[in-house]
Amino acid sequence: MGSNPLDTKKDYQNYVDQKSPNSPILKNCFNAFWVGGLICSIGQIIMDICASKGLDTQISGTIVSIILIGISAFLTGLNIFNKIGKFAGAGSLVPITGFANSIVSPAMEYKSEGYVMGVGGKMFTVAGPVLVFGISASIIVGFIYLIFNTQTVPLV
Amino acid sequence: MKKLGKQTIQFDNPPTILETASIVGPKEADGPLAKYFDQCLDDELWGEKTWEKAESKIIKETVNSVIAKSGISSDTIDYCFAGDLLNQCISSSFGLREINIPFFGIFGACSTFVEGLSLAAVFTESVAENVLCAASSHFCSAEKQFRFPLELGNQRPPTAQWTVTGAGSAIVTKSGTGPFITTMTTGKIVDMGIKDANSMGAAMAPAALDTLITHFKDTGRTPNYYDAIITGDLGYIGKDILIDLAKLQGYNIKSNYNDCGVLIFDKSTQDTHSGGSGCACCGTVFSGYFFNQLRKKEIKKLLLIATGALTNSTTSQQGESIPGIAHAISIEL
Amino acid sequence: MMITLLECKKFYNDFFINFQSERVVINMGIFESIDLMQLLRCFVVGGLICVIGQVLIDKTKLTPARILVIFVTTGAILGGLGIYKYLVDFAGAGATVPLTGFGNNLAKGAIEGVKEYGIVGIFTGGVKNAAGGIAAAVFFGYIASLISKPKMKK
Repeated sequence: MGSNPLDTKKDYQNYVDQKSPNSPILKNCFNAFWVGGLICSIGQIIMDICASKGLDTQISGTIVSIILIGISAFLTGLNIFNKIGKFAGAGSLVPITGFANSIVSPAMEYKSEGYVMGVGGKMFTVAGPVLVFGISASIIVGFIYLIFNTQTVPLV
Repeated sequence: MKKLGKQTIQFDNPPTILETASIVGPKEADGPLAKYFDQCLDDELWGEKTWEKAESKIIKETVNSVIAKSGISSDTIDYCFAGDLLNQCISSSFGLREINIPFFGIFGACSTFVEGLSLAAVFTESVAENVLCAASSHFCSAEKQFRFPLELGNQRPPTAQWTVTGAGSAIVTKSGTGPFITTMTTGKIVDMGIKDANSMGAAMAPAALDTLITHFKDTGRTPNYYDAIITGDLGYIGKDILIDLAKLQGYNIKSNYNDCGVLIFDKSTQDTHSGGSGCACCGTVFSGYFFNQLRKKEIKKLLLIATGALTNSTTSQQGESIPGIAHAISIEL
Repeated sequence: MMITLLECKKFYNDFFINFQSERVVINMGIFESIDLMQLLRCFVVGGLICVIGQVLIDKTKLTPARILVIFVTTGAILGGLGIYKYLVDFAGAGATVPLTGFGNNLAKGAIEGVKEYGIVGIFTGGVKNAAGGIAAAVFFGYIASLISKPKMKK
């Protein structure tokens, strides 16, 4: 390092990046891979069981979501999910379990501010954006489909 | 009391730190400094319903404890300076609402403890006989306010620091037999553009450097003058950066410098990543460990530099960088 | 690897046919519907989608909320373009359980909604498809807050 790292903000940022230890990315990815894969596999097993009962894919998928969400809400309530999350990182965040955890954890945290404005009001502090962006994106997709599709669709 | 240079005050009749007290949470009690604290809690909530109430109770009991230990009556305490990290400093004002001492709520983020000691020293040099100061922080209330709900399954990056649960308190008195507060150097706000809220040590290190070098220039002292130079909560990364940057400016502090955030936890067993942080980090480590060392004359000249990151969750969401501040006091026997 | 798994499947079938009493076979029979190759594809694809998330976390310092938004939006776009369904056909739950699947589900619902109800379907289709998951998360979150309190991280 020739120049003083405090010369400019950019120099300092580069210097700090150099000084800061990196996350153990290989270990993290490995854990994320197998935990994420395992969670999806649990979903697959539930899905296969539903299919064998003669349920269609859409309903089976919904059942998988509800069961996985229920399990992660339960584990969050038992103060276990954050330990899984610390170990697995994206492995438990990216599956639907992470969505459930991000709704349940603020609900528990803000209980001290009451059930209406605490639990009810703060429940979506982390997961709210998922719904906002997910639903908005789906509406845009539907709108584009309405304009560009070649088949006739009812307009009302 | 006279001014040295632009930022330093030298006290003609140096005030004495009469007594200190500290209370810490269970995680700090598992750390290497546990035996120096007055009280270690078994439970972060301490029987209260919320984290905020628990933090208020911690600062209240720490203040009660320092008054009891000092042996002076609370009627003889003229002023109280206290602060914490929660919005509007509610831990301090709620915890100390029954104390009946004229109260100044102060905010300097994690530098609050030394900010309080500095103001207390100035007040005792002028009109006050005894001044109380206190600072607190709580891991759970800080996570809730600044980061995420406790039960969220996220990973902390290696640069993250762990907010110390606890409170430190001290009584500064006009006439005593020491340890004396001999000089104070008030820091400027320094912002080197760090935006990552998980990299507080790096955000605060330039402010610590600025105050450190200003202190040496104003007083004409060198690093060797001190038995120990201690920063508040730069953590491992910030400590490393400060040593490095100070060396570039021609000050070698490697041999006698350490950081409270490095000392309070055992990095290898407690998974605290870059070390401790929070108002209570400097507050409890000084009140517990360093005051003890000064009393035992193990350390005779101490430069204490508390560091603060002047940020909140709104500014960080708005993409602002993190301004740092650092205040120093020299404490000598 | 494939051979081993096929052998596993064979062993597994033999096991139920040869060694289990009839009553147990009926109870355990639902597990027979599991396709082990499908399960392997699900494991690998689901795991790899999570690895993408992990790389984003470690390399970009994005917060969990932003990671989730990126995944759900990507899923909705890929779903809208009709690409994501190939991944679902290939990997099953490996593609539907990650949040990209949630996004795909929303987009798919919007398209189905348009087909069935026209303009109104744009607004009703997506949420209708994801209703089970959203309602479950809200309800279980509320229940968890009733009976449980957050604890200090260790």
